[in-house]
Amino acid sequence: MKPHVLLVFPHPDDETFGLGGSIILHAQAGTPITYLCGTLGEMGRQMGSPITANRETLPHIRKQELQEACKHLGISDLRLMGYHDKTVEFEDRQAMVDRIFQVVQEIQPTIVYTYYPGHSVHPDHEAMAEATIEALERIPIENRPVLYCLAFSSNHLEVLGQPDVVVDISSVAERKMNAIKAHYTQSAKMLERYEDDRQHAELRHFLEAERYYTYRWTKA
Amino acid sequence: MQPISPEKVQLLLEQFFNRDVYLHLETTNGSYAVLRGEKTISVGSFVRNVVVRFERGMITGNGPYRVGLKMEHGWIYAEGLTDWEPDSTQNGLLLAGHDEEGRLMIAFQLSVTPFGTESGEQE
Repeated sequence: MKPHVLLVFPHPDDETFGLGGSIILHAQAGTPITYLCGTLGEMGRQMGSPITANRETLPHIRKQELQEACKHLGISDLRLMGYHDKTVEFEDRQAMVDRIFQVVQEIQPTIVYTYYPGHSVHPDHEAMAEATIEALERIPIENRPVLYCLAFSSNHLEVLGQPDVVVDISSVAERKMNAIKAHYTQSAKMLERYEDDRQHAELRHFLEAERYYTYRWTKA
Repeated sequence: MQPISPEKVQLLLEQFFNRDVYLHLETTNGSYAVLRGEKTISVGSFVRNVVVRFERGMITGNGPYRVGLKMEHGWIYAEGLTDWEPDSTQNGLLLAGHDEEGRLMIAFQLSVTPFGTESGEQE
């Protein structure tokens, strides 16, 4: 099968911080990348530093930031699902699963990335991760794509152990940084702290390696 | 947004008296607050495009500011407001409160037409 990567995340910037480096590496290998982005992050708290957005302009700004970040990451196929930030878990779950499944059937991904259910903190993350898994479970287990899940709950190491996939992204850290910068409203404050302290753990963490769990299917 | 000018905000508030207007009111400490410590919980709420009608309304305080709107059967209240959108008009008033890092903690907005519902969904 021809390699094709599918990303399913709810907020513009989820893709960049969590797996921007891995996406760039996939793109460098010539693999097409489709990104199903759930919302425009319209309820985000970060408004830029200095503040450039308000509650009403934020969705427009974040949409442009996302499009810009996608260029840096090498994502050529961005699809916005049109849900509203913070409300994904209250939407019709079956309809969401259907929409994800439709895309899966269309592009036949070989690798899928989403969050690890139960370990992704934000209710929107949880809802999209659950829906993604449910959509993939419609495919017979022997034909399912590999599913990599990001986890960052405070107890994820305790419960899940160490991530089994660790991707060294140092060769593309600079390009990942460009994608982070593209998400200006969301990253400006963090980047200021980084300017003050190049060793700042918060950002270094994002520029060295990316870590995932290969999802173990519970349903055949 | 810019630091609130209470006199200007008061004048605009009065333009909304005794008519149906759309309210967006929200407070949040962030969905990731839970990661800050075992006993911290994420707390937040929002209402968007709820139609309200009030007969009096004031902005008070010396900054951060408070707003209270008196309705026939109750009140609308917001505190911790620090900034406003100076482009606000009698058709729409945007106030917000940001913390020391510029993160939004509260938003209080009135409009005579519904607030945008751009979903980003592709045609």
